[in-house]
Amino acid sequence: MQIIKDKKIVDDNWQRFVEITADEILPTGDIIVPFAYWLDNKKVLLQRDSRLGVCIDGDDETEEVAKDIEHFDLIALDFPAFTDGRAYSHACLLRERYHFQGELRAVGDVLRDQLFYMQRCGIDSFQLREDKDMEDALNAFTEISVKYQSAADGAEPVYKYR
Amino acid sequence: MYQYDKYDQKIVDERVEQFRDQTRRYLAGELSEDEFRPLRLMNGLYIQTHAPMLRVDIPYGLLSSRQLRMLAHISRKYDKCYGHISTRQNIQYNWPKLETVPDILADLASVQMHAIQSSGNCIRNITSDQFAGVAEDEVEDPRPYCEILRQWSTFHPEFAYLPRKFKFAVSGATHDRAAVQVHDIGLYLVRNEAGEVGFKVLVGGGLGRTPVIGKVIREFLEKKHMLSYMEAILRVYNRFGRRDNIYKARIKILVNATGIEKFAEMVEAEWSYIKDSALLLDQKEIDRVRAQFAPPEYDKDAAADSTFDDHLASNQAFAAWVDRNVKTHKVSGYRAVVVSLKAPTIAPGDVTDVQMDRLADLIDEYSFSEIVTTHDQNFIMPHVKQADLFPLWESLVEQDLATPNIGLLTDIICCPGLDFCSLANAGSIPIAKQINEKFNDMDYLHDIGDIKIKMSGCMNACGHHHVGHIGILGVDKKGVEFYQLTLGGSAENDVSLGDRLGRGIEKEKVADTIGQLLDVYVEQREEQESFLETYRRIGIEPFKERVYPKKNLEEKVVASANY
Repeated sequence: MQIIKDKKIVDDNWQRFVEITADEILPTGDIIVPFAYWLDNKKVLLQRDSRLGVCIDGDDETEEVAKDIEHFDLIALDFPAFTDGRAYSHACLLRERYHFQGELRAVGDVLRDQLFYMQRCGIDSFQLREDKDMEDALNAFTEISVKYQSAADGAEPVYKYR
Repeated sequence: MYQYDKYDQKIVDERVEQFRDQTRRYLAGELSEDEFRPLRLMNGLYIQTHAPMLRVDIPYGLLSSRQLRMLAHISRKYDKCYGHISTRQNIQYNWPKLETVPDILADLASVQMHAIQSSGNCIRNITSDQFAGVAEDEVEDPRPYCEILRQWSTFHPEFAYLPRKFKFAVSGATHDRAAVQVHDIGLYLVRNEAGEVGFKVLVGGGLGRTPVIGKVIREFLEKKHMLSYMEAILRVYNRFGRRDNIYKARIKILVNATGIEKFAEMVEAEWSYIKDSALLLDQKEIDRVRAQFAPPEYDKDAAADSTFDDHLASNQAFAAWVDRNVKTHKVSGYRAVVVSLKAPTIAPGDVTDVQMDRLADLIDEYSFSEIVTTHDQNFIMPHVKQADLFPLWESLVEQDLATPNIGLLTDIICCPGLDFCSLANAGSIPIAKQINEKFNDMDYLHDIGDIKIKMSGCMNACGHHHVGHIGILGVDKKGVEFYQLTLGGSAENDVSLGDRLGRGIEKEKVADTIGQLLDVYVEQREEQESFLETYRRIGIEPFKERVYPKKNLEEKVVASANY
């Protein structure tokens, strides 16, 4: 699979599981599991020798995710619809308040015209919706070059340069 | 007024190209209708009954003559030679073609204007007191803070997809002319006991389907914390505001559900983390923006003129106009002039290209090239020398812009209604016309005095009907237009939501019914009481009885008529 990471199209080997049944055996390799699954299966997941990611949705409390943050190499933020903006706040909090250094990945209804906002909130990888053109989406990062306000991308408000 | 620097200019220029590309992709089928909708709304573009509607931001209502000429040009080149001033101090064009909108935005950018976030579920145009900078009762000019908020909120990445739209109003005066208490966030510039100026912060006000008066969340906020505190409120709202039901998604619903104390705790907790971050506002930036709102060079001898008094004494029509449309100014010898967009024969708030061009010339001549749109859909010329009032009035009369009705019955706030808006249930403009036709006697209007009629064609309340002294709400009952009246609303310091009078009134009887309400007022008023004061003293019953006479009373009247 290909994704956009650090503003480039790259191959990606993470396997994301949206639902995991009780008797399912997870494959080897880097996996992303629902945050709720992590809460119920911490022990097993910690014994794996691959990288671990969790996926959170708008209802998950960032404060809860933060408690276990050192165990995660990746946190996926699910956009059920591109108009649901809760994950923007989750991303900002994970980066700024909880200093998450791993990969923050947007999944779900991820479209070109929101990528600018997402990356400013600290999201650094994007699994674009399947029917969308990744080459085209890369343009999103260069459309607007001035940033009026500080955000989780480390930008200072533009007035500091005035 | 604020002048763009290279950064401000770059951001609007880049936005034009971004939207040009978005429009191209939409027309090419690369963006679906659903994907394009939020993008076009964030550029003020609606798809309406007859055509798209484009809403252009006028931050805190302030325009230069150059900008006003461009607005006239746009109405001529891309629309039907007029624009409509909205209750958020913006201008709306009712007939642009979708394909031409990128070109309109490019024209706007050439005069430091844009349509960014004039709609959509994001932070909208920031409104203020139309007399900002010239009001006598001002603690401090609010416009620099509006401008700082405008910049902070423009493309704010975390708050681009809020649960619902979000409106700010800022006032620096003791008299609230900006309807601050019915905004998602309302800010008053106030002085604390130590003599410092900061903000009193209100949250959770709003009109729409569920009108709510804002609640004080913080009595005093230092200016340097303005942005961090706003960010804390918005973050709590973005995380916890409802997204399951569009009608319950505004912050007012969250604040009411949580309770203001608990909501304030959540905000303060959030704020404690971010108050000293990069959001801390530099005094240097405040000073930079404030300097751009420095007063113009007023003529020190303006008050020495005696021609103004001569004209007042000799010309009744001029005197009547001065009485209603000319307001005080903090500088002696100057006045602020209200340009009435409420002539009897036009839709309230509409202004033609010819009028805009002429106004641009007049403000170049008489008002330091500045003009302000108002939330009650008129213009203000903020700095007119008293000696210039008479020639200015003569010019305004020529353009039908001098109807002496400011604050009177015919100075109606009116949404576009069924004639243009796809959300509307009923017409607004025809009712305004009906009211103007019935109440065409200026002496009667002056006798009735100060009264605010506010009308919306649907419960979204763009015409602020809840806070009209008389509010009119258009409803649809099985395909027929009816109008529900409310009494006793106010958007000023004495804020209140109107009480419902009773069942809906048939379309053709609205003006007559208002006539009945005014009869009750005239019969019951004491001394100089205004309509609102009388209403507050006597309550709704006498008005109800007049409009909906009881059955037996009706029979009695009929019976007595038979004799």
